[in-house]
Amino acid sequence: MKTECPVCSAQIELAKDAVQGELIECSDCGTELEVVTVNPPKVQEAPQEEEDWGE
Amino acid sequence: MKIGLLHSLIRKDEKFLIDEFNAKKGIELAMIDDREISFNIGRDKFNYDIVVERCINHSRALHGLKLFESAGIKCVNTYNVATVCGDKLLTSCALAEHNVPQPEVRVAFTEESALQTIEDMSYPVVLKPAVGSWGRLLSKINDRDAAEAILEHKTVLGSYHHSIFYIQKYVEKKGKDIRSFVIGDKCIAAIYRTSTHWITNTARGGVATNCIVTDELSDISVRAAKAVGGGIVAIDVFETSQGLMVNEVNYTMEYKNSIYTTGVNIPQKMVEYILQVAEGRK
Repeated sequence: MKTECPVCSAQIELAKDAVQGELIECSDCGTELEVVTVNPPKVQEAPQEEEDWGE
Repeated sequence: MKIGLLHSLIRKDEKFLIDEFNAKKGIELAMIDDREISFNIGRDKFNYDIVVERCINHSRALHGLKLFESAGIKCVNTYNVATVCGDKLLTSCALAEHNVPQPEVRVAFTEESALQTIEDMSYPVVLKPAVGSWGRLLSKINDRDAAEAILEHKTVLGSYHHSIFYIQKYVEKKGKDIRSFVIGDKCIAAIYRTSTHWITNTARGGVATNCIVTDELSDISVRAAKAVGGGIVAIDVFETSQGLMVNEVNYTMEYKNSIYTTGVNIPQKMVEYILQVAEGRK
């Protein structure tokens, strides 16, 4: 379950219980990433905050 | 039982909730990504026993809830609760109608009437967008110069919903406020949010510590929850010299920083309540 950070190319290992859409953080560059698919493991930069995000 | 979880990004809050659902026997959890679903109004036939709303976007949460409820699906929270909590003006009206104490709030529709209203209230006041969260675009206005500048900026640069001027009397909260968590008719936990900034949202750096749920806090929290329609909500409360006052009510509550802090398994209690609603026991 290994993939690569799209920003800094560091290796990212997804947790066993990772789910599609989950937010994770690259431990190297700190970029917030979204798990696009678990199998095969793929991540992308998380979307930027929008005006109506919140609680 | 089949539970639909309406979501977008899966934050730690949703992950905790997923884990709690998966720990229950006889539960099938279906993930509904609001970025992928589409609706066919009047023709949709869903087979969920209940849909749990956990969207990040207020607009998607609100309309998704309406569409599921319109198709005959029970939802937590309901569309009506999302409607009231998603708009500070509607929340304030609901609190007032149920005699729940809140800071003074006035509303005006034009730049000129808003300025006059602020002058009448005396400074400082807080100007808030009626729809918004995480402390975004809040303005603490300390004098007339600031009022004129901010009102002009909002009028010229803001989108149309910034032309509803929601003006709240500033409450001196001494660096902290309370966030209480209500599920059904119980206040299950609370935290203090402390910050050196006047905005204490944890999304803006406020630090969470445990807050004892007193009878007074429990009473005002549950009354506020009932005023907006009940369900699973988080109440922002000010401690003032006149007693507790409700600032806001949140309908897609975030709790990831409050489980360890309070020692209360908040997602577990959410799941218990959701299953009760699904089974018609609530």
